[in-house]
Parts: sequence; C-alpha cells; structure tokens
Amino acid sequence: MSIAAKANALWEYANPRKFLATSERVMPFFWVTSLACIVVGLVWGFFFTPDDYKQGSTVKIIYLHVPAALMAINCWLMMLATSLVWLVRRHHVSALAARAAAPIGIVMTLIALATGAIWGQPMWGTWWAWDPRLTSFLILFLFYLGYVALWEAIEDPDTAADLTSVLCLVGSVFALLSRYAVNFWNQGLHQGASVMRAAAVTGADTEEKVSNIYFYPLLLCIIGFVLLFIALVLYRTGTEIRARRIKALLARERVNG
Amino acid sequence: MIPDLGKYADTVLWSYAASIALLVLLIVFSIARGRKVRTEMEKVEQRMTRNG
Amino acid sequence: MIALLLRDLKLAFRAGGGFGLGLAFFLIVTVLVPFSVGPQSSLLSTIAPGVLWLGALLACLLSLDRLLALDWEDGSLDLLATAPLPLESVVSIKALAHWLTTGLPLVLAAPFLGVLLNLPAPGFFWLVISLLIGTPAMSVIGTFGAALTVGLKRGGLLLSLLVLPLYVPTLIFGAEVARRGATGMETQTPLLMLAGITAATIALLPFASAAVLRINLR
Repeated sequence: MSIAAKANALWEYANPRKFLATSERVMPFFWVTSLACIVVGLVWGFFFTPDDYKQGSTVKIIYLHVPAALMAINCWLMMLATSLVWLVRRHHVSALAARAAAPIGIVMTLIALATGAIWGQPMWGTWWAWDPRLTSFLILFLFYLGYVALWEAIEDPDTAADLTSVLCLVGSVFALLSRYAVNFWNQGLHQGASVMRAAAVTGADTEEKVSNIYFYPLLLCIIGFVLLFIALVLYRTGTEIRARRIKALLARERVNG
Repeated sequence: MIPDLGKYADTVLWSYAASIALLVLLIVFSIARGRKVRTEMEKVEQRMTRNG
Repeated sequence: MIALLLRDLKLAFRAGGGFGLGLAFFLIVTVLVPFSVGPQSSLLSTIAPGVLWLGALLACLLSLDRLLALDWEDGSLDLLATAPLPLESVVSIKALAHWLTTGLPLVLAAPFLGVLLNLPAPGFFWLVISLLIGTPAMSVIGTFGAALTVGLKRGGLLLSLLVLPLYVPTLIFGAEVARRGATGMETQTPLLMLAGITAATIALLPFASAAVLRINLR
C-alpha cells in the first residue's frame, strides 16, 4: 500500500483482503434489508394500491420497471467511477468491481426493457416502439454487451482491466451522445404516456406526478433495488477477487513446479 | 387473495414473473459461481501450503 | 508523418484489400436491398438515404480489422510506438489513411449507387455531403475499436460489437441529413450536429486510441 492510500481511510478497502473481510461482515445486512424492502414494496404495491384510472392495474408494473431502469443507469455510472479509480490509482478491487457490476447492469436493463415491452403491449398497442427512451436503453444494452465481451476476450487481467476501463469512459460519452441523438431522431411519439415515467425517473418532481399512494411502495422498491445491487456487487467482486487469486496461485505453481 | 387485476391481469403477472425470474436467475448464478470459485481457491491454497 | 501516410496508402493500394473490398461490399449490399424489400421504386427512394448510409457504415466496419492488425503481426507497430513520433499522431495518420482508402471511395461511389436505389434528385447532394462529413468520424472511431482489439486472435466479431454502438450518433445524424435532404426539408441542425461529432472525435479520440494501443503493446 502506498502512503497516499494509508492517509485516506477509504482507500484501505482497495486492499483485497481487507475488502473481503469487510464485505463479508456487511453483506448479510445488505442481503436481508434489500430482500425485505423489495418483498414489502412489491407486496404493498401489488396487493394494496388501487388501479390507476387510466392505466388500470398495469400501473403496478412501475414497482419493477422504474427501479430496474434506475439501476441500469446507475450501474453504468458506478462502472464509470470504478474504472476511473482503476485508471488513476491502480486499485485492483476497483477494476474487478466494475467487471462484477456489468452483468447486473445487463439484467437490470433486460428487466426494464421486458417490463416496458409487456406494459407497452396493451398501453401503446405494440411490444416495441422506437421511442427515444426505449431506444436509448437498447443502446445501453449493446454497450453493456460490448463491455462484457471485451472483458471475456482478453487473457491478461491487467490489460483487460485497462482496456475495459477506457472503453467504459469512451462508451459513456457516446452513450450520452446517443441519448441526445435519439431524442433528436424521434421526438417521442409516446411522450404523453411516458411523462409519468420520466417524472418518476428524474425523481425531483416525483411527488407531483406520481401520487403518494404509488410513491411510497415505489420508493421502498427503489431502496430495495439499490441495496440488492450493492449486495450483489460486493458478493460478485469477492468472487472476482478469488478467481483472480486462483489465477495468480496457479501461475506461481507453474513457475515453481 | 389475488387482487382483481381487471383486463390487464396477464400483463401485470407476466411482467412480475419475468422480472422476478431474471432477478432470481442473476442471484442464483452469482452465488453458484461464487461457491465454485471459493472452493476452488481453498483447494489450490491447500495444495500450495502442502507443497510449500 | 507524411512518410507514414504514404507508406500506409501504398500498402493499401498494393494489397488491394481495403480499397477494393470495401467498395465491392458497398455495391453488393446496395444491390441486395431491392431483392429483399421488393422493386417498387417509391419504396426504394424512401429508404435509399438510410440504406446507403448503412451500407457505407458496414463497408467501413468490414475493413477495420485490417487497420492495425497487419502492422501488429509484422511488428512494425512496436517500431512505430518507439519512434519519436507520438503514438497519438500515428493513430491519427492511420485513421486518415483508412479514410482515404475506404471512406473517400465510399463517398464517391455513393451517388452512383443512389441511382440504383432511385434516390430523389435533391438527395444526391446531401448524401455526398453527409457522407463526406460523417465518414471521417467512422474512421476515427473505427481506429479506436481496432486499437482495442488489436492483440486478440478472433478480434473481428468483437470489434463489430464494440464499434457499432459507438457509430450510433454518427449514423443517426448522418442518415437524418441525407433523409431530410432527399425530401427537401431543412438540414442545417443535423448537419451541424454531424460536423460537431466528427470534429470532436477527430480531436479527442486519438488520445484514447493511443492510450489503448500503449496498453496493448505493453
């Protein structure tokens, strides 16, 4: 550990051993609270909220759709942050955390797309529309796929971490660019229907747009998804650290034997 | 028990089923791989300590 | 720098690869489109700008894996990395050579293929303009993708997977210019956006490509 790392308590967790020990200690808390939040939020939302006057019972899909969409984006942001940390400070845990998070992001994007498609079928009369928001998510999905594929393709772990980090940085810029390009390309035939979701995602004016009956279980689900994401990232990063250690041990064995 | 979902019952139930299935799959795969890697690491570590 | 550019151009011409193949691919894609969607000329003229843009993009993509791979295999990339010329300029030159041998021929061929697809008369000008402005961005982005996958044995498919999402903004604005031009709408906004993307990628992306190449050459 460098002196700079010792100076700052946060960087201590960049030590894999320390990370494993701490994450092992806090993980049960995240698992339990996240599952509790999701179960309570979903049950509350599913059984105890009224139907929307316009969307009928499909409004209940919001409790899965919005948290998943939110996490799909936040997951990429987290990967961007950890990639930067890896590039600047060369902490292995950081790079491995980004790798561990990517499949979670893929699943979240899939959930958001799937629930959106299932919801869109009766509401918009089509499974899929080239609405800007949908299209952006599809593009985000492609970015995730490329990122994971690059990790899988490269043998040397440090090279893989470097290359995927740069891809993540460049990809972020282009993903943002695509978002605006897509907005320009098709200014949202279904804007009216997505106003509610837009408001819910931006959060700021949530309470005005989504009434309180829906808001509290939704908030609970969002918290649950965030906690679940943290639990999964901690767990999967631990797995990556161990896989990395196996690789290092085997390499040493080959040299010695 | 199940609330009246009206004409959109299929829609709601399918999206819940799909999402929960995806989440469960993600968790199951993560834990399965985690277990496998953990036991393998212990195996390799033991072999290393035995062989010096 | 100029020597490097000339060398790359000479190699491209002599090997015949990127130069001819890209054009041939563009031609074949364009010829296949009427077979797949039917020969109605009204339908063809509606989709012509988009099809031509997509064809040019795919033709460009096809030639990317040769962009750095040959130099990687014979070791001249290592020499270039240790040369006094900064790697950033090397990748810029590479991108320029790729554009001159692949992008520019595509731009020049596009109007002739536009005839095949019954492109409306005002569309020709805008198609050429949009491709002329858009293809440099495709070469530069492609160089980044090629630099990412240069050391890999089966990098070709991965390269497409990585580069295609990055092409989305260029394709959207470029095809939008061509489409609006063909239907006589105003094209200024997407044209400016397209030019902005091209300028920004030319200015910034070589740094990323060079960084990636340094990692791969380690």
